[in-house]
Amino acid sequence: MENRFVYMDYNATTPLRDEVKASMIEDLDVYANASSMHEAGRRARDRVEKARVAVAALIGARDPQSILFTSGGSESNNTVFNTMYDLGRSPGARRKIITTAIEHPCVMNAARRLADEGFPVAFLGVDGDGRIDMRDLERELDPSRSQGGPTLLVSVMAANNEIGTLQDMKAIAAAAKAAGAFTHTDAVQAAGKITIDIASWGVDYLTLSCHKIYGPKGVGALYVRKGAPAEPLIRGGHQELGIRAGTYNNQGILGFGLAAELALRDLGGFAKRLSGLRRRLKEGIAAGVPDIRINGHPSEVLPNTLNVSFPGAEGEAILLSLDLEGIEVSTGSACASGSLEPSHVLMATGVGPELAHGSIRFSMGRGTAEEDVDYVLERLPPIIKRLRRMSTVPSSTSAAAPAKTLAACRD
Amino acid sequence: MNDTFQWLYSPIVKEHFTNPKNVFDPDETFEGDSEGVVGNIKCGDQMMFMLKIKDDLITDVRWKTYGCASAIASTSMLSEVIKGMPIREAYSIKPSDIASRLGGLPENKIHCSVLGDKALRAAIDGYLDKKGRSGEFKGEDSVVVCNCLNITDKDIERAAKDGARTWEQLQAATKIGTVCGSCKPRAEELLHEFAHIYGD
Repeated sequence: MENRFVYMDYNATTPLRDEVKASMIEDLDVYANASSMHEAGRRARDRVEKARVAVAALIGARDPQSILFTSGGSESNNTVFNTMYDLGRSPGARRKIITTAIEHPCVMNAARRLADEGFPVAFLGVDGDGRIDMRDLERELDPSRSQGGPTLLVSVMAANNEIGTLQDMKAIAAAAKAAGAFTHTDAVQAAGKITIDIASWGVDYLTLSCHKIYGPKGVGALYVRKGAPAEPLIRGGHQELGIRAGTYNNQGILGFGLAAELALRDLGGFAKRLSGLRRRLKEGIAAGVPDIRINGHPSEVLPNTLNVSFPGAEGEAILLSLDLEGIEVSTGSACASGSLEPSHVLMATGVGPELAHGSIRFSMGRGTAEEDVDYVLERLPPIIKRLRRMSTVPSSTSAAAPAKTLAACRD
Repeated sequence: MNDTFQWLYSPIVKEHFTNPKNVFDPDETFEGDSEGVVGNIKCGDQMMFMLKIKDDLITDVRWKTYGCASAIASTSMLSEVIKGMPIREAYSIKPSDIASRLGGLPENKIHCSVLGDKALRAAIDGYLDKKGRSGEFKGEDSVVVCNCLNITDKDIERAAKDGARTWEQLQAATKIGTVCGSCKPRAEELLHEFAHIYGD
């Protein structure tokens, strides 16, 4: 095939939809402060409130006032953890936080901060497919069978950004509720890819990010169930029911509203088409490259996300080789992380460092065509073959054998 | 895809990454006189050097690397540099020499991806062992870090290999920095790098 440009990093971010871009450009002339009482202000505010309705609809929330606009997923997640910090500081209050070992860094680090402040925090492990075990959750929720007393918050991401594994949010929220705990879910990757029905999930807090659903960067939302506590992370004016101060980001919020509306409209067709592309990519890689491992759950997985380990080849080298072919992906390798640690998500699934270092995440989206998948299937196998031929590490997927060999030859 | 936009690493790194020199081809027969392996799969890089040596000159070389682009490129560059070089000279090549020949590498990549020099020394040591000349070049590749007590980077490397992870453990193992203490920042930096290479 002719050289082409293939973006397969939609879980990192998505391009702005044309419709969203056009409406934002048009909205740039609306300069009024959406909190002003005059007509121009009321007009600006009207657009904000329409966007709020659209974002609420995306997650099946009936009350638009349950949506708070924020600067993005990280702020939404931090708002929840900050609220828990305030609640848990009262004498005799519940303090225990339960989350998982595969959360986004902003949840991991917000949870670690609470741990530093003396809150008991449990990080649930996951199985080889990336799912938590409900029995582990139930044990952690039961003060007679675990440390830390009654639980204040259970925070579990709905869909994992790296491996795409979905969690059973309904069961998780039900278990948390039965134990008197709040439930939060980071649904940044789930939104626009799977159906979110807040009523049936039964969570108290849900995080959204706009730039993952073909809207602009710098906007997000936090769903707060009516009656659930929420404390401001950013203090100031009375915007967003006093929970999130700061002048409204009119254009961003307007873009979010339209992106949410379109995501909801397209959801069924999108998920079906992307599942087909994912299957094509998965089967093509399995047929074209020996000794691979598909990471993530076989069926409970995002329709657009395929995470593959190529033992014997290192992730950054694969990524940069693909990049030279015009294919843009991401990797769980330490060499690309800046932290010198391989992906905490893959490590939590128990695959071991060699498979984590050799992992590539292909995340597809609206712009991905069948030809793009076929182009990847043409260019990827020779890259893996070339890197494996010059590698000291055997490409066998039986992780135990190479690990031992390596330990022996290390010193 | 934009040709004018800079690649992640230098053009020399790119060239050695895409067209590595002297890489071992699994289909070829290469009878080396010595072989050295170094690296830590947990950190994501491992290197192997095979040398042909005649009259203490490196006459030919092959290598294999599991690692990122800069690891592949730096091993390739090192293999070019040492061809025809006396083993004594090759023994003292430092990661920074390779990095500068590559047109520079990001700071965090130098000690994690440039392991080739260590694999090379392991291969040369193996050769000397075979010839009954064990340890002949020991100390020739070291740099003094603690001037008061004449403690070198090699001493720090050895301590890290033996499990030292903190400044206190390093001091217990080497007595480093127990006089003026001015070497502490550099020593801790090196300890961190070696702990990364030898750590678990």
